[in-house]
Amino acid sequence: MSIKNLLKVALTAIMSNKFRSFLSMLGIIIGVAAVIIMMAIGQGSKQSVREDLSKMGTNLLTIRPGADMRGGVRQDPSSMQTLKIADYESILDEATLITHVSPEVTSGGQVIYGSKNTNSTMYGESPDYMTIKLWDIKSGDCFTEEDVLKSAKVCVVGTTIVKELFGSEDADCIGKVVRFKSIPFRIVGVLKSKGYNNWGMDQDNVMIAPYTTVMKRIAAQTYFSSIVMSALAEEMSDDAIEEVTQILRRNHKLKDDAEDDFTIRSQAEWMETMSSTMDTITLILVVAAAFSLLVAGIGIMNIMLVSVTERTKEIGLRMSVGARGIDIMSQFLIESVLISLTGALLGVALGYGGSWLASNVFMLPSSVPLWSVGLSFCICAFIGIFFGYVPARKAARMDPIEAIRYE
Amino acid sequence: MEKNDRKVVIELRDVRRDFHVGSEVVKALRGVSFKIYEGEFVTIMGTSGSGKSTLLNQLGCLDTPTSGEYILDGVPVRKMRRSERAILRNRKIGFIFQNYNLLAKTTAVENVELPLMYNKTYNSRQRREAAIQALQAVGLGDRLDHKSNQMSGGQMQRVAIARALVNNPAVILADEATGNLDTRTSFEILCLFQELHRQGRTIIFVTHNPDIARYSSRNIMLSDGKIREDKENPNILSAAEALAALPKSNDD
Repeated sequence: MSIKNLLKVALTAIMSNKFRSFLSMLGIIIGVAAVIIMMAIGQGSKQSVREDLSKMGTNLLTIRPGADMRGGVRQDPSSMQTLKIADYESILDEATLITHVSPEVTSGGQVIYGSKNTNSTMYGESPDYMTIKLWDIKSGDCFTEEDVLKSAKVCVVGTTIVKELFGSEDADCIGKVVRFKSIPFRIVGVLKSKGYNNWGMDQDNVMIAPYTTVMKRIAAQTYFSSIVMSALAEEMSDDAIEEVTQILRRNHKLKDDAEDDFTIRSQAEWMETMSSTMDTITLILVVAAAFSLLVAGIGIMNIMLVSVTERTKEIGLRMSVGARGIDIMSQFLIESVLISLTGALLGVALGYGGSWLASNVFMLPSSVPLWSVGLSFCICAFIGIFFGYVPARKAARMDPIEAIRYE
Repeated sequence: MEKNDRKVVIELRDVRRDFHVGSEVVKALRGVSFKIYEGEFVTIMGTSGSGKSTLLNQLGCLDTPTSGEYILDGVPVRKMRRSERAILRNRKIGFIFQNYNLLAKTTAVENVELPLMYNKTYNSRQRREAAIQALQAVGLGDRLDHKSNQMSGGQMQRVAIARALVNNPAVILADEATGNLDTRTSFEILCLFQELHRQGRTIIFVTHNPDIARYSSRNIMLSDGKIREDKENPNILSAAEALAALPKSNDD
């Protein structure tokens, strides 16, 4: 029988049992939609994480004290105190591939203004920090190098703090004095809002003060928790890391065979790590969704087996008027492929709908990758053939004598 | 003899068919030999268990003999593969069944087209033309697009006959073709068979109803897997006359 006639026969069979055909398609529809939505959300999250990270500066380098953490091995506490002022100054003086450097000391605590208070994190930085992390000042100014030298009690605050302490994001708070851990800080500037990042952290709930102030007056420590820097360009990150490593090794008087007692990470590396983590999560979700396709395939096989049994007489008749085994086989294979491909089509539509819903109603970043649509169709064609094969073979192997007399 | 000049359509040579049921061997056909010539209207009769159905399956190329040979229109069948027999059935045999076996929810034309669907030498236009011609030949030219569930038993059997004619077969095999019909409709269908016979068609009609034998040209009696009697009918009754003699009825 020609393909055109086979398609016509299959279509007639599907249409003559609309509800049942739809039910057997349902598994495929849901499975394909699930796979597409999962892929869309995975892809979307990855894109938005990338955007977030690049918002923090793609040429960002971070030095942390201590050797690269290896599988939960406990580190000597003194190894966490290796970043000193001398290191900062050496980088400032000697590094040629670094444009901006800021040491970093952090401390969490309560901020009070009048009768209002909130919890925040105080970052001790140098004025370079604004450039390194791409922060913009909305009103007022950043503190200056002079403030750093004098350990001045001044700070720049994020909009969340302004809102919590002064009632509204746009309240005028320049010159007002807030207390952080009972130390008074005068607000000199307000940061432009960055919103929440992908990990759900409010990036505007920050206070930035000169690192000297935070080290001496709040944390009472002589070492930094990290040093952040900007490389000349993103492509030069690796060379910059090498350069800074040499400076720090010399400063720390490390022997040639000794391991680094610090770790330098570039933003590019972070992106790499994040992407591969997102990929893994997406893969797990997609595999879970793909299992529903497997179940859907079994559903189709089940329906096709019933359908073959029901149509035993028809098969017998077709055989007695000259249908060969292969004709009967193709008829049922095409029917099951048609069911699964129609299901795939509806599933893709539902997947697009679901992905739209995810990004517009649930505010999840999502974008449907086109290749996932192609892949879904291929998988469904395969499912149709694979799970249609057993029923089709059963039909093709029927004995026409018994089939035609089947009641 | 005049008979020897005519073409042999079917030839059975000592056909035997054994079935293995558990450890026992059931001999359904125990050496059947006969020739059927072109243009004969043969009834094959026998009680149930006489081997009638087995013989029909052999003649219809649905089954192959355990031993002996069956030659259909010059083609030996016994050693053929399944798919070869399917093609042979498609080109040389027209089947008519007791319960019509039409495809449900399908129009008369589409039902008649079915055998030609499996014949690649026909395109869709030729197929439709042949189907319409066959339906006109059985008197259903005005019911082409009626669906099978909108027709009476007699009409359905006419569609089935048209389907058996559409591939212009060497032989028409009818299995109790009037078994499900009332007396009047049975005679109408018999009329149609006699008409086809007159046109020179070769017909084999398997039945257990001895009355039908009186309207055919030859009668083969089967008993216990063997031919008990094989004789020409010198005095063929006319089904049309029998139909006219029936009391008038209001239905149909």
